[in-house]
Amino acid sequence: MLKTSGIPTAEDLAVRIPPEERRKKGPVVMIECFQKIPCNPCFTACKHGAIQKFEDINDLPEVNFDNCNGCGLCISKCPGLAIFVIDETYSENEAAVSLPFEFLPLPREGEEVDLLDRSGKIVGRGKVLKVRNGKYEDRTPVITVAVPRELSMVVRNIKLGGDVR
Amino acid sequence: MKKTEIAVIGGGPAGLMAALAAAEMGARVTIMDRNSRLGGQLVKQTHMFFGSEKEYASVRGIDIGKVLSAEVLKNPRIETMLDSTVIGYYPDDGVLGVEVEEKTFVKIKPEKVIVATGASEKFLPFENNDLPGIYGAGAVQTLMNEHGVVPGENVLMVGAGNIGLIVSYQLMQAGVNVKAIIDAAPSIGGYWVHASKVARLGVPIMTSYTVKAAYPNELTGALERAVIWQVDDKWQPIPGTEKVLKVDVICISVGLSPLAEILWQAGCRMKYVPQLGGHVALRDENMETTVPGVYVAGDVAGVEEASSAMIEGRLAGLNAAKSLGYDNGKYDEKRREAMEQLQNLRSGPVGEKIRQGLAQLAL
Amino acid sequence: MRIVNHPILSFERGREVEFTFDGKKMKGYEGEPIAAALHDNGVRVLSYSKHLHRPRGFYCAIGNCSSCLMTVNGEPNVRVCTEKLREGMVVETQKGRGDIK
Repeated sequence: MLKTSGIPTAEDLAVRIPPEERRKKGPVVMIECFQKIPCNPCFTACKHGAIQKFEDINDLPEVNFDNCNGCGLCISKCPGLAIFVIDETYSENEAAVSLPFEFLPLPREGEEVDLLDRSGKIVGRGKVLKVRNGKYEDRTPVITVAVPRELSMVVRNIKLGGDVR
Repeated sequence: MKKTEIAVIGGGPAGLMAALAAAEMGARVTIMDRNSRLGGQLVKQTHMFFGSEKEYASVRGIDIGKVLSAEVLKNPRIETMLDSTVIGYYPDDGVLGVEVEEKTFVKIKPEKVIVATGASEKFLPFENNDLPGIYGAGAVQTLMNEHGVVPGENVLMVGAGNIGLIVSYQLMQAGVNVKAIIDAAPSIGGYWVHASKVARLGVPIMTSYTVKAAYPNELTGALERAVIWQVDDKWQPIPGTEKVLKVDVICISVGLSPLAEILWQAGCRMKYVPQLGGHVALRDENMETTVPGVYVAGDVAGVEEASSAMIEGRLAGLNAAKSLGYDNGKYDEKRREAMEQLQNLRSGPVGEKIRQGLAQLAL
Repeated sequence: MRIVNHPILSFERGREVEFTFDGKKMKGYEGEPIAAALHDNGVRVLSYSKHLHRPRGFYCAIGNCSSCLMTVNGEPNVRVCTEKLREGMVVETQKGRGDIK
């Protein structure tokens, strides 16, 4: 339960998962924002008219999935770190998940890492495809990791192991 | 005696914005802070702020602090006094007593005062709650993010409000293990996105739990373990639900209360408003208290988010300057804009508590 | 323990200086709060309370509460959470309310 554990239920997620038809076409944004808080930088960050303008800053973000090209520019701008980009077309058996990761050490491209679900439980291993950590990301690096296709809606964090200090 | 047009007490988000707004209107401002630098508690806020672009959304608190401090320091109409603690306000003649560098006592007579002193951390009663190792969550944030020292190895966070959730995340970023976040309330008080951030790091959040007792290491005298237990829907602990956690740090994050001493001294009409953290001053929509010329802004005016503190600061600054006759022609527009921003930030469901609190304050 | 690498922050520290805590030599960085240097050296107990002689550490770390009072260079009741560390400081555990000499 979100309000008691911080972990969204399948029901919570249902309204946020991009339509299956759209997911079949390539990378697309999934905004895991479930609470009306005064915040709109996802709209400001979106250059493709996918994330809709907020009538009221307290509204939940609305996405026009057809306009989203999965660029992921919104990921590092979300103060709640609640935005992910999911590409279920990455390979025959794998999806690619892009997620914000503000921890050290950063993974290297090609490195195998643990895949974690929304409760921090390890659910598998996956290869890091891309690490975006430039000026734009501004200390909120965006990691793209390959995950087993069936875990595309499960994996939301990674773990490298070892001591971060 | 030193004179100034507007004295701003406190160089945090509210005070900085107040000084900048008043100077922009044309007033001469003296901003005082007890620390050796400006920024207040922004200097340890490593997370990005919410809100809209106008409130620096997506910018980290530390960076907002740097930008605003730099603007204040380079503004020729603003004088900055650091290491300066305002220790008294003499209402009869409107004089502030300021201790500078713990050496000199300076008297300042301002025409207007903006009190932006912030808040202090609340505490929680439980057995052995005075053990070394039991720290305020903000204190841990200071130690870790400002001074680069970790508080310990294993932490129990008490309180799942925004500060408890954010500091837990920051502890994990610094390589410290957070064993659990507990809260006596039946649900998480902070933003759910902050809760989800720590949840996916594997940190359990346990609602309806509180601390029963803390126990020291016999040798060192410092904290070694904590016992937590569940509470029922009437906040009563349930015997038999105890869990023992081996932790060397307990962070207490059960809210803040306004640092309002100066307002009491000034003779402002105060009211106890639990939704705003404690005793706060009654004020009008221009942030002026019942003592003419004394304004409030930020957490001292009611504990809220830093984004609203900044706008309250701007509002107080604009109005204090205007009351002295300063207006660069943009006063009406800026004032309206600030009031709209506050309204927007507070109008949603998470602003309900604040709205209830403010409703009890208006003059 | 000191944070060396941090995903968001970098720490600008002063020069390394020596000080003593209850006669024991310790190292810290000039200008940081005494409490931070002590904490890095593993010191958690800063004083003993007046009546029940219970150990005390810091609580607020920003000079609001009075949990961290210690004797520094012979002067009691110094808030070590905000007092800046200097070379050669003599820091002592405070027992009770302290006496002003």
